[in-house]
Amino acid sequence: MRRLEFMGQVFHRSTNTIARVSIYGAVFLIAALGWAVYELSASPYVTDVNVAKDQPVPFSHKHHAGELGLDCRYCHTSVETSPSAGMPPTQTCMTCHSQIWVKSPMLEPVRSSYRDDKSIQWVRVNAVPDFVYFNHSIHVNKGVGCTTCHGPVADMPLTWRANTLQMSWCLDCHRNPEKYVRPRSEVFNPHYAEPANQLEIGLELVKKYKIQSLTNCSTCHR
Amino acid sequence: MQKTDSQETMTTDDNSKERIDLDALRARAKDAGPQRMWRSLEELADTEEHRAFLHNEFPNDPEKDPAGTPRREVLKWMAASAALAGLSGCTKMPEQKIVPYVRAPEEIIPGKPLFYATTFVQGGVGTGVLVESHMGRPTKIEGNPLHPGSLGATDIFAQASILDLYDPDRSQVVIHEGRISSYAAFLSAIADLRTNLAPTKGKGLRILTETITSPTLGWQIQELLKEFPEARWHQWEPCSRDNVREGTKRAFGRYMNPVYQFDKADVILSLDADFLYSSPGAVRYARDFASRRNADGTGAKMNRLYVVEQGSTTTGAMADHRLAIRASDVPDFAAALADALDVQLPGLGSGKGKTPAGVPANWIEALARDLRAHRGSCAVIAGEQQLEAVHTLAQALNVALGAAGNTVIYTDPIEASPTIGYTSIVHLNDDMDDGKVQALFILGGNPVYAAPDDLNFTRNLLKVNFRAHLGPYEDETAELCHWHVPATHYLESWGDARAYDGTISLIQPLIAPLYDGKTAHEIIAVLEGHADKTGYDLVREHWKLQKFDKGFDAFWETSLHDGVVSGSALSSVLVKIDSSLTKEESHFVLDHFPGFPFGPKADTLEVVFRPDPTIYDGQFANNGWLQETPKPITKLTWDNTAQVSPATAEKLGVANGNVVQIVIRKGGGARGIEAPVWIVPGQADNSITLHLGYGRTRAGRLGTGVGFNASTLQLGAEPWIAVESIIPVDLKVTKTGKTYPLAATQHHSMIDANGHKEELESVNAFQRELVQVGTLEEFRRNPKFAQEKTETPPKELSLYPGYEYKGYSWGMAIDLNKCNGCNACVVACQAENNIPIVGKEEVMRGREMHWLRVDTYFRGDLDAPETYFEPVPCMHCENAPCEGVCPVAATVHSPEGLNEMIYNRCVGTRYCSNNCPYKVRRFNFKLYSDFVTQSLVPLRNPNVSVRSRGVMEKCTYCVQRIQSAKIEAEKQDREVRDGEVVTACEAVCPAQAITFGNINDKQSRVSKWKASPRDYTLLPELNTRPRTSYLARLRNPNPDMPKSEKG
Repeated sequence: MRRLEFMGQVFHRSTNTIARVSIYGAVFLIAALGWAVYELSASPYVTDVNVAKDQPVPFSHKHHAGELGLDCRYCHTSVETSPSAGMPPTQTCMTCHSQIWVKSPMLEPVRSSYRDDKSIQWVRVNAVPDFVYFNHSIHVNKGVGCTTCHGPVADMPLTWRANTLQMSWCLDCHRNPEKYVRPRSEVFNPHYAEPANQLEIGLELVKKYKIQSLTNCSTCHR
Repeated sequence: MQKTDSQETMTTDDNSKERIDLDALRARAKDAGPQRMWRSLEELADTEEHRAFLHNEFPNDPEKDPAGTPRREVLKWMAASAALAGLSGCTKMPEQKIVPYVRAPEEIIPGKPLFYATTFVQGGVGTGVLVESHMGRPTKIEGNPLHPGSLGATDIFAQASILDLYDPDRSQVVIHEGRISSYAAFLSAIADLRTNLAPTKGKGLRILTETITSPTLGWQIQELLKEFPEARWHQWEPCSRDNVREGTKRAFGRYMNPVYQFDKADVILSLDADFLYSSPGAVRYARDFASRRNADGTGAKMNRLYVVEQGSTTTGAMADHRLAIRASDVPDFAAALADALDVQLPGLGSGKGKTPAGVPANWIEALARDLRAHRGSCAVIAGEQQLEAVHTLAQALNVALGAAGNTVIYTDPIEASPTIGYTSIVHLNDDMDDGKVQALFILGGNPVYAAPDDLNFTRNLLKVNFRAHLGPYEDETAELCHWHVPATHYLESWGDARAYDGTISLIQPLIAPLYDGKTAHEIIAVLEGHADKTGYDLVREHWKLQKFDKGFDAFWETSLHDGVVSGSALSSVLVKIDSSLTKEESHFVLDHFPGFPFGPKADTLEVVFRPDPTIYDGQFANNGWLQETPKPITKLTWDNTAQVSPATAEKLGVANGNVVQIVIRKGGGARGIEAPVWIVPGQADNSITLHLGYGRTRAGRLGTGVGFNASTLQLGAEPWIAVESIIPVDLKVTKTGKTYPLAATQHHSMIDANGHKEELESVNAFQRELVQVGTLEEFRRNPKFAQEKTETPPKELSLYPGYEYKGYSWGMAIDLNKCNGCNACVVACQAENNIPIVGKEEVMRGREMHWLRVDTYFRGDLDAPETYFEPVPCMHCENAPCEGVCPVAATVHSPEGLNEMIYNRCVGTRYCSNNCPYKVRRFNFKLYSDFVTQSLVPLRNPNVSVRSRGVMEKCTYCVQRIQSAKIEAEKQDREVRDGEVVTACEAVCPAQAITFGNINDKQSRVSKWKASPRDYTLLPELNTRPRTSYLARLRNPNPDMPKSEKG
């Protein structure tokens, strides 16, 4: 017992501070961790937003849809009728490229696909998870333009994903469709610019097209 | 004739713990009153097992072991899983490829299904179907509304047939003497064979097929027989219609095909016929029958059904008067009825004074009076497994009662070459035994497994020098043949077939053969030396020989498109009883029951063989959907049993699951099997039912080794009934003392019929009316009898303000008066919604995944109860108890009244299913969905998520179909029309007992059904406000009938 007299305190006074800092700091640490996870999940690394993908043929929407002015539906034929917009068969490419740029080495995969009857394997740019059932035709018919979701396709030399396609992004429009809808005549216009009085026009269109704000789960999940 | 000593061998064993005291039960059933519904003997006995199922959702849950995992361990695992689950949210979506067509085929729009008409063939008889195809993959079978055998509906077999297409156990290569070979090698072997056969004009060449109605195949075989006149064509299958054919021949002097028109019949008598479930045309018969069970509205006239039967069948459950007698007593019953109606047949003796035991006094007389009173609007139908004498009598009664030409029409046979299968296989068998058969081609069927054991078919088969087999599986028969060629599935084939009424429909492929499959058409063509001809060529070649008003191409296009050859139904032929036939002439070839009618017998035991209700003759043994479909009434899955009545079980001293040995001696030979017993209330006493199709040894990974093979007991001469009074046999049934676990779903998902059980004596006690039944008379007197028995609390009772459903408001109504418990809805739901199977062990734990179940209830006398069916999908309660308890909002309500289940939110607490009073929620305890087997991937409905482990699921009202109809309507700027959203169960229902639609639209069918006074809901006192409601069942008893009847 006597020996205790010579022993000082087990912990130095400064440990009080350390304890306080670490207790309060843990809150920030956890918050920071949460923020990091959120940032990561929303970052282009995860969402692929603004990441142009390499394709077997460096197809340029900028050239075809922007400069030449091909209609979206020339290639994506089923966009008005089916859940899927449709990817053009090689045959569609060959409608023009059997006549022009027939020698271009860049187009060799297209020609060989047509010749050998083997599909071109494009890399998917826009995708939703398998438990989401997205239907192109109803969106197009209700005045949601291609570029609203797919971004400025007419300016994309190689295609990239313009939006996260995450659920909060979907809900933003499903809750407030008036912020995004455009006249049906402009749906396939890749150069369409949002008018200054979008909300005003939007509200009118929502009424005219009988657009419902569908946010119940089975709208998309089945 | 030897006297059976089966009575002596029925040993009693009091050690059996599960045994139920039947006398006590009878007393209890009596005390409970005639209105008391019960689901099983165990419920009446109030056994521990039953109570466990009533109060616990999963009483046999191995994971619930209290001595198992400690709490800390659980928490640790939970934390770890939560962390890992969280991390999984951060994963990047894998890179996917888009693979478009090189040249897009016409008509295919990605994302839009296409429907093609083709024909499902079972037992030779075709049913028109429309097959849904997604990007070239067939995914779902629907009925073809234009086809007379379907009218838009199908049975369970057609629904499940799509699974067979993708079965990973299908035969995939040509096999020669046990080794993988090639079709080219097979062709060269046939070329050699042809050279050998040419000089002898085909002597020794035999072709064995199942029943063939295909005009093309019939023509092809006839052409082949022209080239090889010494060759022979045999037709045999285990569940044939021999007796129907033979019965008409004995009545009318030639083979005829009886076609019933039950929509015109006011009074129907079934002589052991399960015509609503298991005959060709059953789908149509169920529709026609149900169309006359409508009592709503003025002037509606309900039909009346009498059923005299041995087993408990779905048809018997629909009967207004049911009489359970032994199958071997039915012939005497028919003869006695014929006497009562003064119908005489030259070939058949009089049934006077030979009324079988167990028929109440005046029963036959009252029935005869009713039939006579409905001359021209009654019908008599005999069961396919009844003796041909019964068929002869049934047809004679139809003629005498003026039914022939009105409610029953007779057409020429639908078979390309009508044959008595048994005679045919006996000839083949004898010739094989005598070494007369050089080359045998078995095109379809599995005789090595299914041929009656006393033929020694297998032994004789091995005497044939060249044996070739065409079949979808490398089965028991394939194993013993030199050559096995994989057969195509019907969704990969060209062909044609006739329906129950003779209507021809074409079979067109939905997909190119997945493996190197061939059709019988192609094999016959090879035998003819035309190896180059495809099925397509052959079918067209045959039809080009026919004459058409608008030319062949128009015929071909229209027939393929519509799925029927228009105007091809066989026309009605005027019949008269052929009185020139003597008794000898009119007898069956083997003349094996000279003493008909047999006269009343003592309590001798009989064994009756029947096709299995779900796997038929064994051809569906490897079909998991059908194996797991609870068989009607017994609710058994994955097994066959020896089914007996409660009284017979008592006499044998056995309980459910006790194994008995059944030995049949005939002549010198004895054959025996061991089978577990299952007690079926309502079955005839002193009768054992054995179902065929089980005990396969080479069926595939699901079907092999499941159940016992009843065909080893079958006697070829009389395959359906083994009893000493008909055929000299000695039958012994002995207890083995063993027990066998059986997976029956009867106790699963049980709704407690006694509300507030613990307060049974108090004022709160009440009997819940889950199945509402009344007689037609009661209904006329008080149409609202069903609603008066239940009390729905007022809307204001809820604490929450009610939600106003604007726009669409989905609801369903199920008419119990029409439902015959055929299970088609259960299998259709499974196919539509990617519902996995779980296997026998998991079913025993109560974990089967069917979103829709058909509950079976019994009422009244233990020995002769009434039977009722009630399909139970999710109720989509407006005040859903499941929704409030979900901690993660994975089940929520939609503004259209759907109770939605969100799989990707579900964390598997199972609180919702614990809180569901209807017990309709299903949990993926394990990874039941097969994500691994590649061949099953294309089967899935692409519009429904495939659920993984740990996720709750349940009926969605086919929300994918609702959404797609809504989208189409929105695009056309209109409302969804009534009938545009058809749920899978509604579409498939042969009886049209289910209707679905918008209840806010007062003109919709569902609204009209719900407006019926018969409309009621389940457990309304809970104020759940279910969207699924039921229309009460009505019986139409004959007031003339003696009250003490059985049934």
